[in-house]
Amino acid sequence: MTTVARDPVTAADPTPPAAKPAAGPSRHRFRAVAGFAFGAALLFAVAPLLLSDFRLSLLAKYLCVAMVAIGIGLAWGRGGMLALGQGVFFGLGGYAMAMHLKLADAGPGNMPDFMLLYGQLDELPLWWRPFASPWFALPATVLLPMAVAFVLGSLVFRRRVRGAYFAILSQALAAAMVILLIGQQGTTGGTNGLTDIQGFFGYDLDDPVNQRMVYFIIAGTLLALLALTRHLMQSRYGELLVAVRDGEERVRFLGYDPATVKLVAYVVAAGMAGLAGALFVPAVGIISPAMIGIVPSIEFVIGVAIGGRATLLGPVLGAVAVAWARTALSERFPGTWTYLQGLLFVVVVAFLPGGLASLVGLLRRGDGERRPGWLRRSRRTEAEAS
Amino acid sequence: MTEQLHGLYVRDLRVSFDGFTAVDGVSLDVAPGDIRFLIGPNGAGKTTLVDAVTGLVKATGSVRFGDRELLGRPVHRISRLGVGRTFQTSTVFEELTVLQNLDIAAGARRGWATLLRRRHGVPDEVAEALEVIGLASRADQLAGTLAHGQKQWLEIGMLLVQDARLLLLDEPVAGMSHEERDATGQLLEQVSRDRTVVVIEHDMDFLRRFARTVTVLHAGKVLSEGTVAQVQADPRVQEVYLGHPVDAGTAPTATEA
Ligand SMILES: Nc1ncnc2c1ncn2[C@@H]1O[C@H](COP(=O)(O)OP(=O)(O)OP(=O)(O)O)[C@@H](O)[C@H]1O
Ligand SMILES: [Mg+2]
Repeated sequence: MTTVARDPVTAADPTPPAAKPAAGPSRHRFRAVAGFAFGAALLFAVAPLLLSDFRLSLLAKYLCVAMVAIGIGLAWGRGGMLALGQGVFFGLGGYAMAMHLKLADAGPGNMPDFMLLYGQLDELPLWWRPFASPWFALPATVLLPMAVAFVLGSLVFRRRVRGAYFAILSQALAAAMVILLIGQQGTTGGTNGLTDIQGFFGYDLDDPVNQRMVYFIIAGTLLALLALTRHLMQSRYGELLVAVRDGEERVRFLGYDPATVKLVAYVVAAGMAGLAGALFVPAVGIISPAMIGIVPSIEFVIGVAIGGRATLLGPVLGAVAVAWARTALSERFPGTWTYLQGLLFVVVVAFLPGGLASLVGLLRRGDGERRPGWLRRSRRTEAEAS
Repeated sequence: MTEQLHGLYVRDLRVSFDGFTAVDGVSLDVAPGDIRFLIGPNGAGKTTLVDAVTGLVKATGSVRFGDRELLGRPVHRISRLGVGRTFQTSTVFEELTVLQNLDIAAGARRGWATLLRRRHGVPDEVAEALEVIGLASRADQLAGTLAHGQKQWLEIGMLLVQDARLLLLDEPVAGMSHEERDATGQLLEQVSRDRTVVVIEHDMDFLRRFARTVTVLHAGKVLSEGTVAQVQADPRVQEVYLGHPVDAGTAPTATEA
């Protein structure tokens, strides 16, 4: 076939893209490997050396929040689904893990302490029983949230519920879960949640050495999730997800079912939130309704928005920064943090929709080659075009 | 390119929005390999007709492409039967490159194993489409940075790699320069060798040069149909365009936004 629709610039360009050096992808891979090595060194060597046990356990907690953020970055930043109810999935993972640990603490055949305290129960409720087995409880921390997300997503995305309605629905679900947990105090621990968790698969959580171990597990999981997400973002699926975000109808007319495309990202994000909740429990020793309701669900999103929702590392850095600022500032100025956080969110959304990551990108504009990969919204696209 | 050509057969098509009938019993046949132009004043129901054929709005009647009924199927299924369309406003994925746009358009039949891997190199059909639409040297440019005409060609290229056998183009040359219109027309002639093409257009000059057959819609009904000359000579057509019989060659371009 001959080229008919040819413009002068095109005709003059002597190098077709296929002839461009194939060095691009491998250089990016090198850079990615270097980036991960740097991250690993930071998390596994620098942080444990510099931080006190107390600070390190705080960091472990922040990294759990960052895991939720990675998922939100995928679902919202790349997929356009404002997931304002991730607390639900975080909570499902957290409660599944906490139930198992409480049962393990109590010992075989015994009931968790709080049930004896409030409950008029003579025996363990039926729905608690499977959680005694780690073979059930551990997979459940991830699969349970994914299953709930699958059901919710199937209902919502096929009916083409979008934007604000989806966000409100997510919030309603978070609120409903909190109400349910508080209402069933005898079997869920109510407002207090599941507290005072002592052991983690035979290790005493009061021992600082074991706390460090938990931190390392969390740091390793975070890196693994980053690698997984990076791969997803750069796969054909990742490109398709962005296409669905920017033109759902158009994608439909190309023969895809956008609902399925969105569902995958949403379910993956839920699994990440569940895993984060599960690891949060040994790091903090408690899970309660206050950690999974409407407010924490919004806070997860705020970190992502501030960091830069469409990038790989933006959500992680944003989440850690916000969680850290919250601890630092709410100690000194209790009460003002909520307003400051809200203000920060509004400012970022209004003036810097790409988050802080885009700010760094703007400062480096014109020097694309030296910009680190994670700061670019569409990494390959820009690099290859330059 | 041994694919069989199919025609489009519309029977008594009706689309209503809350009591308002936008397409009111339209019947038309587009022969396999035809370039059919669909014209009519603003609000005549042209876009709604295409919406109905592609499953975007509910409709009654019958729409067959080849021997397959399209009505009642969801949008993405109709697309997989080989029906592709563009929109009145450009709808390329602006944050993806030209290459990524085409690769996505080519991939509706890909399984998850392929989707979850990275794209390596340029698929053959994508490379061919890049040549045909003249954007080979811009493959790695973000689609959002293309000129208006180039976006329209990218849209057509996406239909080609999608392997659409029926192309429904909603005002593809609106806002294009003369050279770009010529190039687009030649592109349409080329693709119509093994595809059936339906074009909605207001541009009469473009229509005279590239239409093989024309259907005029007015208030949701077929007003006139035939060759360019037949339609232009039809006094009813001249009347709906300016309220009184005039030279149809100049009138309809004035309705362009
Ligand atoms: N979703 C909708 N709901 C209600 N009315 C609609 C809808 N879509 C189209 N219409 C009405 O149907 C009529 C036909 O619209 P349509 O877009 O098909 O016209 P058109 O021939 O494509 O016009 P144009 O040349 O301006 O693109 C118009 O009166 C329009 O207002
Ligand atoms: Mg129209």
